[in-house]
Amino acid sequence: MITALIIILVAVGSVAFHLMSPWWWTPIASNWGFIDTTIIITFWVTGTVFVAILFFTGYCIWKFRHREGVKADVEYEPENKSLETWLTIGTTIGVVIMLTPGLFAWKQFITVPEGADEFEVVAQQWQWSYRLPGKDGVLGKSDVRKITPENPFGINADDPKGKDDVLIESDDLHLPIDRPVKVLLRAIDVLHDFYVPQFRAKMDMVPGTITYFWFTPTKVGNYEVLCAELCGVGHHAMRGMVVVDNDSDYRAWLAEQTTFGQSLAKAQQQKSIDLASTTDRATSEKKVSAQ
Amino acid sequence: MADATHDDVGYVPPAEIEEQDLYHAKSWITKYVFCQDAKVIAIQYSITAIAIGLVGLVLSWLMRLQLGFPEAFSFIEPDDYYQFITVHGMIMVIYLLTALFLGGFGNYLIPLMVGARDMVFPFVNMISYWVYLLAVVVLCASFFVPGGPTGAGWTLYPPQAILSGTPGSDGGIILMLVSLALFIVGFTMGGLNYVVTVFQARTRGLSLMRLPLTIWGILTATVLALLAFPALFVGAVMMLLDRILGTSFFMPSIVELGEHLSYGGGSPILFQHLFWFFGHPEVYIVALPAFGIVSDLISVHARRNIFGYRMMVWAIVIIGALSFVVWAHHMYVSGMNPYFGFFFATTTLIIAVPTALKVYNWTLTLWRGDIHLTTPMLFAIGFIVTFVNGGITGLFLGNVAIDVPLSDTMFVVAHFHMVMGVAPALVIFGAIYHWYPKITGRLLDETLGKFHFWVTFLGAYLIYFPMHYLGFVGVPRRYFELGDTQIFDQSVGDLNAFISIVTFIVGFAQLVFFFNLYRSYSKGKEAGPNPWRACSLEWQTAETPPGHGNFGKELPLVYRWPYDFNVPGAKEDFIPQNMSQSEAFPKRKAAAKTSRSRAAKK
Amino acid sequence: MNLLRELTDKPWIATEGIPGAGQEQKMLSAVSSGRAAIKWLFGVGSVLFFLLIVSYGERMTYEDWRPLPESKLLWFNTIALISSSVAMQWAVIGGRRDEIDDVKIGMLSGGITAVVFLAGQLLAWRQLVQMGYFETTNPAIAFFILITGLHALHIVGGLIAWGRTAQKVWWRGCEAGQIRGSVELCAFYWHFLLVLWLVLFGLLFAGNNNLSIILAICGLR
Repeated sequence: MITALIIILVAVGSVAFHLMSPWWWTPIASNWGFIDTTIIITFWVTGTVFVAILFFTGYCIWKFRHREGVKADVEYEPENKSLETWLTIGTTIGVVIMLTPGLFAWKQFITVPEGADEFEVVAQQWQWSYRLPGKDGVLGKSDVRKITPENPFGINADDPKGKDDVLIESDDLHLPIDRPVKVLLRAIDVLHDFYVPQFRAKMDMVPGTITYFWFTPTKVGNYEVLCAELCGVGHHAMRGMVVVDNDSDYRAWLAEQTTFGQSLAKAQQQKSIDLASTTDRATSEKKVSAQ
Repeated sequence: MADATHDDVGYVPPAEIEEQDLYHAKSWITKYVFCQDAKVIAIQYSITAIAIGLVGLVLSWLMRLQLGFPEAFSFIEPDDYYQFITVHGMIMVIYLLTALFLGGFGNYLIPLMVGARDMVFPFVNMISYWVYLLAVVVLCASFFVPGGPTGAGWTLYPPQAILSGTPGSDGGIILMLVSLALFIVGFTMGGLNYVVTVFQARTRGLSLMRLPLTIWGILTATVLALLAFPALFVGAVMMLLDRILGTSFFMPSIVELGEHLSYGGGSPILFQHLFWFFGHPEVYIVALPAFGIVSDLISVHARRNIFGYRMMVWAIVIIGALSFVVWAHHMYVSGMNPYFGFFFATTTLIIAVPTALKVYNWTLTLWRGDIHLTTPMLFAIGFIVTFVNGGITGLFLGNVAIDVPLSDTMFVVAHFHMVMGVAPALVIFGAIYHWYPKITGRLLDETLGKFHFWVTFLGAYLIYFPMHYLGFVGVPRRYFELGDTQIFDQSVGDLNAFISIVTFIVGFAQLVFFFNLYRSYSKGKEAGPNPWRACSLEWQTAETPPGHGNFGKELPLVYRWPYDFNVPGAKEDFIPQNMSQSEAFPKRKAAAKTSRSRAAKK
Repeated sequence: MNLLRELTDKPWIATEGIPGAGQEQKMLSAVSSGRAAIKWLFGVGSVLFFLLIVSYGERMTYEDWRPLPESKLLWFNTIALISSSVAMQWAVIGGRRDEIDDVKIGMLSGGITAVVFLAGQLLAWRQLVQMGYFETTNPAIAFFILITGLHALHIVGGLIAWGRTAQKVWWRGCEAGQIRGSVELCAFYWHFLLVLWLVLFGLLFAGNNNLSIILAICGLR
């Protein structure tokens, strides 16, 4: 009796918690509302099944409980083909209802619209850096093996397309609102995952390859970046900030950033000042020019 | 037993092991320590698994202390936290659940339920246990090496697993990988034994379709394990070589903290494929024995045949087969070729169909039964609730697009704890309450058992059900602390604190269980040979606990399936598998025949 | 009985009379269960090496792949392993004819050639080191060592079983009939390892790496 009641209460309580608890997803700030819709569909289908099974179980426990001294009227029925067939068909229909929108959403997720702006996120233990393609709209080639203290992104200095790339190190990234962006993801040490809960999208960054996803920011505001793939002791502290601006704010911010060419020149300048103070000046300068 | 029809056909003795192959213990040491009797090995496996499981439980408390009260416990550093979660996960999945279901229940129940004297290779069986014990010891040793155990997460993803930014990258990861390799070697020896025993040593009349579903679950899980563990073995050996010899199987060019490492050209995703090619079947290695056992618990305690036995068997086999083509659903956001997503989402959701059918059949077994709410039955019902809950959240994560926002959040943690932590654990408890009387000859205390059930079941539900919603909020998993953040407000911290408190309550409630095990061993009610009035062969042994060689002089002959409860016209509400038709229906032989043909028509 | 047919049996129908009556009584014997166990072990081993081959192929599709330097020694080793299998089969046939001398000859030459194979593999490793090819970052070398190493471990396992059988043949002086089963199990295992080696050698290590041809046909490389 009590057992049946508790099983029913578990079902009712779960639904009540779902409807009334304060814990629910963050307000969406990207174009991925379709994913949220798919989740809602899945909630309806699975929720119905969950409640139905628990109510049925509770009912059975109450109705067919053993009573001392009462001869139970137990049915001896090894199987029931037609019932099992109908249950199979019903379940299959439910699965199709959930899977179909999911596959469509995935198709959208992996199809980057033409004309999307590209930018690159570079992750390392335990910070985020960003690279924007600059005026030519193309990111210069890069390679982990080319990374030096002066060139933390490993950009190929011989690639002319890289010179105007805008570099943002340990600072906030700004994005213009309502323009689709393709996010190229690169890690230089271990796995990381670029994750902004409000954008709903995420993807692992794998050293040795470049991964990607795309989205369109739809709401102005500041959004926190979290790392969603365990990357060592600093994993939980690997935070960043994405600021979604309207167009004019974005352009003003972009104008203040330094390009790869500028930072390289500055680094070289800095180096020659440092070197001026050392004695073996001539040999060292050769090295610098060779670079 | 089969006296009535001896004249009709020539009597054939049941299949026997050649006498010289049956193992006889000669001294205390060979009887209880280096023992080759499957029942003793089963208990050795179980005790070891539960002991190391308790370590895993304590680790979970430590991590819940940190998550629930982030500022309060300064002795837990990030290093420690990541080591706790890693070792906790590894212990629970492999060293506890796999070892307990297959090594423990498998060893105890297979020979008894198939009507055999012992496993077919008792010596190999014994070695299997000792290699397992060695694996556990090596795992524990990693706590005492400099740097401690690995903190790479139980998935051990390279490159971070073997780089210095991860705790335990010196000795810890090496010992972890060695321990896994040992476990796999040990398991393979045991697993070959279980499979061959089921296929070759069944007693007369016990066709495959007359096996209890417990055996079907354990058998299929063992086959999965035999075929899946090699992937983990390969991955572990390759990573060991990467770590020790500096090969680059999984290691691309890496700049670690400003320094170029000498690795180059390897693929981290290759490891993930290998890991999950093992890892997904592993889920079913844990789940299938639980499916099987719970079917038997429900049938026995509801006094009704399991509904749709054939569908249950087919579902187990189909789920087992499908589990090899879904592995990449753990890798939707891993950066693998995104087009794989379509295939793996489809196969994953297809698995939901046979799994759902199993759930329907469990509940339909309750329909028009005679339900005895004993402790094992309560645990079985608890399993249905938690398994359905954990199963449907799997439909969220398996559906590739939904996985994008939810992967690597607390939703995932809640999902897999519900479906392969809580649900199988409830089955394990139910199974122990069910078979303890056979193992010891005494019943466990029902009052303590019911208290244990309600606290464990409701507590576990209160822990993991709300945890899903933390995942919706976006709380990532494997976070030492949430720290200063604008996304997560105070309510997230409050929920975490609540979950932690319930965790401690549930954890401590397990003491009641251990007390019950201890006290009932000497003071429990005498059980007799068949306290639950069950049909399967392990309840029909001459002695309880079963003696050496399991059955008396002759192995039982099997006349029927193990689910003949409340058969119309039978003299009792159950018919043991080894009872002949004439004995089961003494008065109405003719009537029995008609009922049989009626059943056949259905 | 056909497995599929058995799986559609209606289990709730009870047996009238004695179960299994009239059927031939199959005794559970160590040889038959040993054979079954070895078959399952083949399954496990096949998965293991299949995954290694797949990993090897995956790695080959990268641009920086450098093939393995060719080694004539491996051909010699292959011949040694083939003759080992042949010798073991000789022992099996001898056992079936109850001729203990044939068993002894077969077992002995089978064991020796297996050891020769192992020594040859070790020599191949040494050659790679001496040729200066032993850089662990070269994936072809790393895979070679991993795969041949695991295969050699399986052979060592076989030699342990061989040793137990040899002990029965030479020290305990068993008759051919008594050890027939053990010899057959050994030979069975030997043939599996030979087939495994032929596949590995043929695909990965012989000539110009035939796996690359297969990958090219599939358009992967």
